[in-house]
Amino acid sequence: MADQSNKVLYGLYNDEEDLKAAVKTASAEHMDIMDVLTPFPVHGLDPILGLKESRLHYLGFIYGAIGALFGFLVMSWVFTRDWPIMFGGKPYWSVPAFIPITFEMTVLFSAWGMTITFYTICGMWPGVKPKILDERITDDKFCVAFNVTNASKDELEGIKGFFKKTKAAEVNEKMI
Amino acid sequence: MSQAVAPVRHILIEGNKSYHNITEDLVSPTEKAPSREWIIAFSLSAAFLALYVFCVTWTIWKGIGEWGLNRTINWAWDITNFVWWIGIGHAGTLISAILLLFRQRWRTGVNRAAEAMTIFAVICAGQFPLIHMGRLWLAFFIFPFPNSRGPLWPNFNSPLLWDVFAISTYFSVSLLFWYTGLVPDLATVRDRAKGFRKKMYTIFSFGWTGSAKHWQRWESLSLILAGISTPLVLSVHTIVSFDFATSVIPGWHTTIFPPYFVAGAVFSGFAMVQTLMVITRKVLNLKEYITINHIESMNKVIVLTGTIVGVAYLTELFIAWYSGYIYEQFAFYNRVFGIYWWSYFGMMFCNVVSPQVFWSRKIRRSVWWTFFLSIVINIGMWFERFVIIATTLARDYLPSSWSYYRPTMIEIGLFTGTLGLFFFCYLIFTRVAPVVAIAEVKSILKVAGNQFIGKNANKNGNGNH
Repeated sequence: MADQSNKVLYGLYNDEEDLKAAVKTASAEHMDIMDVLTPFPVHGLDPILGLKESRLHYLGFIYGAIGALFGFLVMSWVFTRDWPIMFGGKPYWSVPAFIPITFEMTVLFSAWGMTITFYTICGMWPGVKPKILDERITDDKFCVAFNVTNASKDELEGIKGFFKKTKAAEVNEKMI
Repeated sequence: MSQAVAPVRHILIEGNKSYHNITEDLVSPTEKAPSREWIIAFSLSAAFLALYVFCVTWTIWKGIGEWGLNRTINWAWDITNFVWWIGIGHAGTLISAILLLFRQRWRTGVNRAAEAMTIFAVICAGQFPLIHMGRLWLAFFIFPFPNSRGPLWPNFNSPLLWDVFAISTYFSVSLLFWYTGLVPDLATVRDRAKGFRKKMYTIFSFGWTGSAKHWQRWESLSLILAGISTPLVLSVHTIVSFDFATSVIPGWHTTIFPPYFVAGAVFSGFAMVQTLMVITRKVLNLKEYITINHIESMNKVIVLTGTIVGVAYLTELFIAWYSGYIYEQFAFYNRVFGIYWWSYFGMMFCNVVSPQVFWSRKIRRSVWWTFFLSIVINIGMWFERFVIIATTLARDYLPSSWSYYRPTMIEIGLFTGTLGLFFFCYLIFTRVAPVVAIAEVKSILKVAGNQFIGKNANKNGNGNH
């Protein structure tokens, strides 16, 4: 996503427990966190951060249902309308024989649909320039970032104080 | 992590590690120059790959007549190899999907490599039906698409077409699952790389940053992909077994085939995972991540599935006798004592007898025994498919057309060539991507590590609970 660059003030923590404590403090103080970046999925972070459960799995169901219908209807149309062929005296519309392919189409549509949706809503594709705040975030640092593009001096001081209070190991500023 | 973990659980990450140590250990194989062992193995597999290319070209140029097939035995090594490779692939999906649903933490050490194995094994498997079509350039006729021949559609009632859908779905879904799991780790490699490597990993890591929302969606996606891959993997080998089970050939026409094939697939797949892991942990120095506990867990799966397969073999014989149907009885008598008796006894020994030594904890935890038996089991599972396919066809309804099958050099070259293709791909994979899932290992470090040495480490020196 090619939006204009933002000035970001971020703190790095050495441990996920420190990070969780910091996020808890921030939400208690109603601070507006821009993003939290971690090297691995930190369990128990989503509720404190106020993230709602992902709705991706609903889409997975919908894509799967589309795949099932598509597969089944194409086979039914081909064997009853377009080109009916008699195989061994069985009915043209031999539903049990359509089950395996219908199942495979369900899985295929659901998996591809969900994966494409995942990359699209996360804004991730080959060639996307990653907005890297710090290269150690994918290694062993846990980051809380605030957007300070339009922040006043008081607000900046407040955020710095917050980092100090929550024992951030490092505090840096970066344009991304 | 706040999950409750019983203190009796095995340690899954050995040595005193911090998060940074894990990154170092797991990324460094992709950064260092290849070791001498790697270069030797790579040259060897490249040589077999070249042999494969030659044999494929030869077959396509001259035709299927270059194989040892005849009118009676019209399926033999090709389909044996196909089923063997597909079966091997199943362990990867089992480890990554079914064990994820069962919340088995030991999967994190081996899932990445096992999923890679699945993908390469399915690539190898897909070669055989394609080459057997003879006119490879018309292979796309197997897909239903509007065409100028009527349009003429494939037969949706045929298990061979179900196979086309099953295998292609299996391949593409496994690829998505594997790659999506790989993206955060490729980002880790990217953030340590410089110059050209950085550019490449930037492209392949899709701009991953590690945002909390992205992790949440990533976990949701992984879970659902695991959920749909589980019935998928069961369906794939079920459908492969339908290739035989829906026919009217005595010895093939049995309802036991689907579960028996699936158990056999998991069995052979775990054996191949063991072969690969024993080598990988040694060559890439990953003994602290792929521990003896991982090897033991997989050996337990092997002894279970091997025994299921053994029960299936005996059930088959019993039911053939119990049916009171002479053709069925003959088919199984012929399978055991017929012209290919040696392959039946080879199969029985390798698949049913040999894994029983894994009841001993000492042998289960021995790297050498594991490596040796994993190869024995793979040979045994190859024999199983050969027994089912060739023995059955060699003695058909009409004694005047009974025949014997011998593979030609070209067929042997094709089979050993796919081994070359498989190891060629796997060795490249070990050089370009982390073989162990970095993020997933980090997420279990505090609950399953030997001793976490970072901040907030448990002061008793035991981070196991």
